[in-house]
Order: sequence, then C-alpha cells, then structure tokens
Amino acid sequence: MKKRFDMEDLDCANCAAKMEEAIKKIDGIQDATVSFMAQKLTIEAAEEDFDRIMKEAVKAVKKVDSDCSIVL
Amino acid sequence: MNKKQKRTLKNIIISIILLVVVTIIYKLFLQELNISSVIKRIIAIGLYLIPYLIVGGKVLLKAGKNILNGQVFDENFLMTIATIGAFVLGEYTEAAAVMIFYQVGELFENIAVNKSRTAITSLVKLRPDYANVEKDGELEKVDPEDVNIDDVIVVLPGEKIPLDGVIVEGESYVDTSALTGESVPRRVATGDNVMSGCVNTQGVLHIKVTKVFGESTVAKILDMVENASTRKSRSESFITRFAKYYTPIVVISAVIVAVLPPIILSQSFSMWLGRALIFLVISCPCALVISVPLSFFGGIGAASNHGILVKGSNYLEAMAEANTIVFDKTGTLTEGVFKVNQVVAIANEREDKIIQLAAMAEIYSNHPIAKSIITAFEETGNALDKDDIIDVEELAGKGILLTHKEGKYYVGNQALMNAYDIPLSEELMAEVSKHLGTVCYVADEKDCIGYITISDVIKKDSKNAIERLHKQGVKNSVMLTGDRKEAADKVAKELSIKTILSELLPGDKLSALESIIKNNDSGKTVFVGDGINDAPALTRADIGIAMGALGQDAAIEAADIVLMDDNPGKIATVQTIGRKTIAIVRQNIVFALGVKFLVMVLGVLGVANMWLAVFADVGVAVIAILNAMRMLKFKDDSM
Repeated sequence: MKKRFDMEDLDCANCAAKMEEAIKKIDGIQDATVSFMAQKLTIEAAEEDFDRIMKEAVKAVKKVDSDCSIVL
Repeated sequence: MNKKQKRTLKNIIISIILLVVVTIIYKLFLQELNISSVIKRIIAIGLYLIPYLIVGGKVLLKAGKNILNGQVFDENFLMTIATIGAFVLGEYTEAAAVMIFYQVGELFENIAVNKSRTAITSLVKLRPDYANVEKDGELEKVDPEDVNIDDVIVVLPGEKIPLDGVIVEGESYVDTSALTGESVPRRVATGDNVMSGCVNTQGVLHIKVTKVFGESTVAKILDMVENASTRKSRSESFITRFAKYYTPIVVISAVIVAVLPPIILSQSFSMWLGRALIFLVISCPCALVISVPLSFFGGIGAASNHGILVKGSNYLEAMAEANTIVFDKTGTLTEGVFKVNQVVAIANEREDKIIQLAAMAEIYSNHPIAKSIITAFEETGNALDKDDIIDVEELAGKGILLTHKEGKYYVGNQALMNAYDIPLSEELMAEVSKHLGTVCYVADEKDCIGYITISDVIKKDSKNAIERLHKQGVKNSVMLTGDRKEAADKVAKELSIKTILSELLPGDKLSALESIIKNNDSGKTVFVGDGINDAPALTRADIGIAMGALGQDAAIEAADIVLMDDNPGKIATVQTIGRKTIAIVRQNIVFALGVKFLVMVLGVLGVANMWLAVFADVGVAVIAILNAMRMLKFKDDSM
C-alpha cells in the first residue's frame, strides 16, 4: 500500500533528506520518499504495519526537525 | 510572503537597525569610556546579544532541541557554535551579522522555494473549485468531488470545466491552454467529449459527467505533477549522499584547524579558532541540497508550461541523455487519420462492390484503417446489409476473413494474400507500388478482385521535429510501422529518419524496440507512441513518451513523459529542457563547492574572514537558487 501525506513547515532540503533516510530505516517499510519541493511524504508499506510505521515516521520527523510535522 | 516569512523579515530588519545602533554606541562611546576592559566586554556582549537573539533566538532554541535528539551535525547547531565562537573571540559585530545573514539566506530560500512551488502548481489553477449543478431550475455550486457519473453539470462562459464529460447541450470554444500549452481555442458542440481543466470561453455548456473527480483529467495531472518530485534524479541522490558526508568532514576539519596548528606551530589558539569558525559557517550543504531538486522542479514546471508532463526528475535527466528515438509511425509522425484515396477494381468487378465488401469485412473493426474504409463506403450513399455477413474473422496484422452469403472473401494486406495463396500479378504489384500509404487488397477465394489505397497524412511538424532532434545530437531516429516497405521508406525519406523497420506485425514492435535498446549502449532509448496499444513499449523503453495523450488514461499511466497535444516537436523541447536543467544543476554544484572550497583554503591561510564565509554560505545559496529558478522562465523559441 502506498500513501501520501502533506508535510507542514518542512523548511530545509537537507532535513528532508535526513528524514527520508530515517524513515527508510523503520522496520517493515518498503519505500519512503520525502519531497522537499512538493512538501510531501510518500510511504509504501504493508497495510497491517501502516499504523505502527506512521507513528514511528512522525517520531523520526520530529527528531530531525521539531517544527516540522506530518499532516495525518 | 506568508505570516512566518513576514515575521522573520521583521526580525531581520529590527536586528539590522539594532546592530547598527549598537555598533555606533560601541565604537563611539563604549570604547572611549574609562572603565576596565572586562566590564567593557560584558557590556558589549550584552548590547550585541540583543540583535543577535532577536534574529537568532529561534536558531539557538532549535539547536538545543535537535542536539537533545542527537542531531550533532544540525545546521542550527553549527551556526550557534560558529557565532558563539565569534563572541568568544570578541568579534561581536561578526557574530550578530553572521546570524542575520544566515536568516536572510533562509528567508530568501524559503521565498524562492515557495515561489517556484506556486509557479509549478499554477497548474493548480487547473483545479476547479466548484461545479454547477442544476436543481429546480437554479444553479447550485457544489464540490466537484460530490458530482457523480451521469450527472449533468452546467459550465458558464469564463468558468473552468470541473469534470470530464460529454456535451449534451450547447456549443462553445474551449481554451485548453492550461492543459496543452496550445493557445488556439477549440470548438466544441453537443456530443463532443470535453476535458476538465479547459476553460469555457463563450456559450453555456451542459455536460454529462463521464468520470468522477478523482479519475478526471485534472485530478490525474495534478497528482502526476505533485508526484514528479518524489522520483528523484541521479544528481539529486548524489547530492544528498554527498551532503551526508560533507558536513561531518567540514566540521572535523574545523576541529583539526582549531587544534592542530596551535599545538604543532605553537601559534595563538584564538587565531586558529577564528579560522576554524569560518569552516563551521560554510559547513551547511543547503545551497547544494536545495538547488538540485529546485532546478529539476523548475525544469518540470517549464515542461508543463509547454504542455509536457514529466513524471519525475529522473526522466528529465534521462531525456537529456537520449540518443535514440524510436517512433511508432501512426499517430505520432502522422496524423493517424486515414483516408481512402482510391478504389480500384480488377477485371470485370465494380468499384462499388470492392468498397462494399471491404466495408463489410471491417465493420466490427476499430482500426483506423477500417474506419476510413467504412467512412468511404458511407460516402457512396449505399447502405450495408448486415444480414449478408455470415462471419468475420480477424487475423491480427494481416486482415480479415469475410464469410459472405455469396462466398468467402479476403480483405487485408499482402501478407494475407500470401497466406491464402492468392496470386498477385506483377502488373498489379507494379501499379500498387506507385501508391504511398497502405494498400488493402480484396480477394475472393481464387483471385484478387480489387484493392483500396489508404493513406495517412504526415504531420506538418514532424519533419522539423526530427531535424531538431538530429541537430541536438540524437544519433539514431527509428520509425516502426506495419506499412509496406516502399510506403514506409518514402515517409522516412521525407522526414529524414535514419532507420526504418517496416512491415511489422503488432507483436513485432516490442521485440524490435528491445533489440534497439540492447544495441544502444551509449545513451538512453526513447519510445514515442500515441498511447493506443503501445503501453508495453512505453513501459519497456528507457523513456516512454505518449503523444496527444490528453484524456487517454492508459497512455498517461504507462508513459514517463506525456505530451498533452500531438505536436512531435515537443520531444525536442523536452530534451532541451532536460539538458538546460542538467546544465544548471552542474553549474550550481561546481559553483557552490568551488566557492566553499576556496573560502576554506583562504580561511586556513588566514586571508578569508567571517564575512567572506557568510557570503560563501548564504550568497552562494542565493545565487544557486536564482540560477535554478531560471528554468521556470524557459520558453522554447523554436516552437
């Protein structure tokens, strides 16, 4: 399953790259991209893992930049 | 500017004014005062901290938060260290100024990115806000998402068509420029299909909706453009990978510069600390990291302004390297609209019988050639008696086997005649070979009784399009067609196409393309099709370009680049855009890294100061962004 989320206050391109890397390391994730230009997060993962992965993704994003958030 | 940006700007202006005031106070009064230097220093720091904190308070806060989260090489943190270091060294003005310029740079970056984002999503101006639905004789505005298939919507002059549909009442001219980049309005009337995203320029249109909003052209296009930046180019991945190492390396170098020389050369620690701070200021890779996707974003935006949808930065990059372009002839180089030129009867047969038999055979076929035969038959004014047809059997790539109540007939190409051992005399072949285009033979069980010649018109832009591609360094242009060799060669010659593969059966096209791809090891292979029946080839090629694909979902789905109108010249345009984008990306990388490296070297030598470092960081970012934004203004003059 592939889902897209809007991101708010993603202000720095390098942070976006760091977030992408962090999210890709989440267990069970198939693919993830953070597009700085589109301010969007795309996550591909199995349906049953999705909720858990999203929770971890939110944390990962906050860890890189505490101002930035995923619009769920 | 949004609220946040305005606030930042206000803080920057206040800080600059305060910095000037503080500097004047410091230089004119404080230094003249007759007090101890320690107190002087404390007062100075206190004064300079005001503008510093106003502009940089947030940076400090963020640095603190991020360091708690283990983000050591965070740019906020590095800036904080650099400026605090400057305070320690007594370079108060520099400390505050570095913070101010850092914020100016960030602000500018932010504005630039937002601006290009809106420029691209000016496509979003495609997005309809409402749909008019008639209720009890009055128009009601509803959300396009709430309209169902088969509902009738009303589009007033000047309004956007919100959903795809068929006109059930009214006629008008629609402006498709937002979709295709084509500025000539198109006339539409009852029965015509209309695409969402077009603007109704004149009359009132009543449209029966054929697709829900999520499936409509506009939603698809918006989705695609928004998605484009998630498919990253090689340069983009390279630069993010590079950035990962860049910051730690620069920071470690800074530590080395601060520590080693004072120990080895036993020089003053504060001098080398100052030099090391220069490293910290330029340790942020932002200019690089931002300018690459921004350039691609601009390139994708420029393409969409030309009615070209590029599905990802990677395809734009690949397009720049394309050296082989394979065209499916029909519908890309030619109009794809066939017309019967001539009906020839042999021996004692009558021409109207020939065309009637052909029309009977083709009656259930959707092939453009079949349609042209049926149209030609209808023009004779005769009616077709379907009861005379017992059976029709289609032989793919050959033609049709018609079982008529009077007997069996073969209607199709030479391959069909050969397959059923129908003799084609030399005279006949000589006569036929004079014709351009396709020849459809009609034969009974023994002999060929006549033939029909059908031709397709070459698009007026095709020749120019191919020439432009060759001029741009495309070394091989290939045309795939099911046409006879003579006809194909003639078209190819006219268009100066280099390689012709003719008489291909539908299934052969994919394998022909595969062997071309296999033999091309020096660049990317592009396949251009009109989106009808060529999804596998579009998918298989390095880059699949679907042409005139407006409204064709399958083609939009399968292709990597979609040309909304059917002008083949756009292929050269998108290549130009790709190359320009890559050129800008390279300029930015070389320029940003070059300046930073130079400043580092000058910093170690003691020539560069904090100010130069700020320029190397912020100035370079600004220049790189401005350079990247040039792409948005790209206009193709040769169209």
